[in-house]
Parts: sequence; structure tokens; C-alpha cells
Amino acid sequence: MSQRVGVVRFPGTNCEFDTVDAVNELGGQAKVLWHGDSDLGDVDAIVIPGGFAHGDYLRCGAIARFSPIMDSIAAFARNGGPVLGICNGFQVLTEAGLLPGALQKNIGLKFLCCMQQIQFVSTTNIVGVGARVGDLLSIPINHFEGNYVCSEDTLRQLEEENRIVFRYTDNPNGSIGDIAGISNEPGNVVGMMPHPERATSMLLGSNDGSSLIQSLLAAGPIPTA
Amino acid sequence: MRFEVKIEVSPRKGIANPEGSTIERTLPALGFKTAGDVRVGKVIRLQVEADSSAAAKTIAQDMCDRFLSNPVIEDASVEVLDT
Repeated sequence: MSQRVGVVRFPGTNCEFDTVDAVNELGGQAKVLWHGDSDLGDVDAIVIPGGFAHGDYLRCGAIARFSPIMDSIAAFARNGGPVLGICNGFQVLTEAGLLPGALQKNIGLKFLCCMQQIQFVSTTNIVGVGARVGDLLSIPINHFEGNYVCSEDTLRQLEEENRIVFRYTDNPNGSIGDIAGISNEPGNVVGMMPHPERATSMLLGSNDGSSLIQSLLAAGPIPTA
Repeated sequence: MRFEVKIEVSPRKGIANPEGSTIERTLPALGFKTAGDVRVGKVIRLQVEADSSAAAKTIAQDMCDRFLSNPVIEDASVEVLDT
């Protein structure tokens, strides 16, 4: 079980409290971790939430990689600790080298803020507990740089190792292979552009994100050896 | 010595560049019908202390490789300007 969740706040992060609320409402205990601290405390899982870490200067997520907390998160991930990057958090994870590829501007050059349907492609990861391949979820996206790109070799590797977690059913941003989220090889690090914390109540238009956060709470460390 | 360095970061060939494509589609409206392969990147200028122009270039190239560009999607070229 990963009940205690650390939610990382960089200067410019703006989804940390939505994430804290979602985790707490679903039975976890969330606390905000400051990027300048290197101690993760006694957390069982980490969420890097959405926003504009360090203003997204240079490239999205590029500066965040130098925040002291990132070395601790990398070590936590190496030991199998669950790490979920949402939106800007996904960008941070790619820039930090914890996930392959990069996120570039949406193909239509529009900031996209809408409900989006995604489909589970792999469930052997921290957000897939209790899910089945093929499950459809409605979860909002909210990004300008969500167009996932990687080399052909990396794409082949992601497919062969079953690391594509979600695909869009109607690709909104030009992502290669309709990719909405990926994982590392063991499945304990996941990055996704859609915002599950914004889909945790029908008042918000969907509660399909709840199962992903409940999965994170249930996942626990995944062996990485 | 201090050297002025100009670093050009551009989208890699084969990586979609929607800003460039949009400009390319717009140019014919002004009569520029012969432009193609428009790509938009960014320029970073900085000064670096080094023993020689070649050393300044090496330092700047290292900055590009490790930070200023993302090799997944970008190429970088370094030019040490005449001072």
C-alpha cells in the first residue's frame, strides 16, 4: 500500500492542491513536498503534479531536473518507489531521464483544455491495479506541450516492453502512436498528460481518474532489479 | 579571455515543427511563394571565459549537450562570435 503520498511543488506548480484533495478523498494521506528539500520524509509514493515548474523556461521541465528533490526522487524510483508524473510532471520526468522521449508543442499549436478519452494499453504499472487492457477512461487534458515524441527505436522498445500505458482514442495533440502515457520498464514510474486528479467526481464531469489514484495508493513498491 | 557565444537550438530534422509549418503556409499570402522547409527554433547568447575560441566552443557545446538542448527533439549549433 502507498497511503502516504508526497506531492511535489516547484515554483510554478499549480495542480498540487487538486492532487492533495484527490488523494485525501480517496483514502490516502497527501502532503506537499517543496522542490528545494531533498528529504522525501516517510512517503510511500510521489506525484509530480501539473503546472509550469520554474516557469517552464528553456523547455518544459528542463530546469526542474536541477531541483534538489529530483535526486531523491530518482533514488526513490530506482528502489521501486511509485512515481506518477501528471502533465508538467510527465515533462519533468522525461527531462530528468526517468522516462524516455520528450513532449513538444501540440501539432495544432493550440492550448488544449478538454475532456479526452484514453484507453488502457498496459496495466502492469502503478496506475493499472484493478484495470483491464482496453478500459476506456474520460480524463481531461490541459496542455500546450503534450505531443509525445521519441525515436523509432524507443517507440519499438516501449511497445515490446508493454510500456505504453494509455493511448488517446482520438489523438488531440499529434503524439506519436497516440501515446497519452508511458511507464519505465518495471512500471513504477508513470508519466501521463491527462489529469486524473481532475476526474474524481461526477461534479467534475467524470470520476474515471479515481481508479488511477486508488491504484497508486494500492500499488506499493515494484521490484526494479 | 571572454568570448561571446551564439547557440542556435532548432527542431531536429524529421521532428514536426508546427510553428514553422504555420509560417510556411502563411508566407504565400504575402506573395512569397518560393519559401519552404521553414523551421522555428531559438537563439541563446552568452559570454564564456576561456583560454581560446576553440575552448569557448567546447564549453558551450557541453552546455548544449547537457542542458540547453534536448537531443530527443533538438539540434544545437555553437558559434563563437568575433570580438
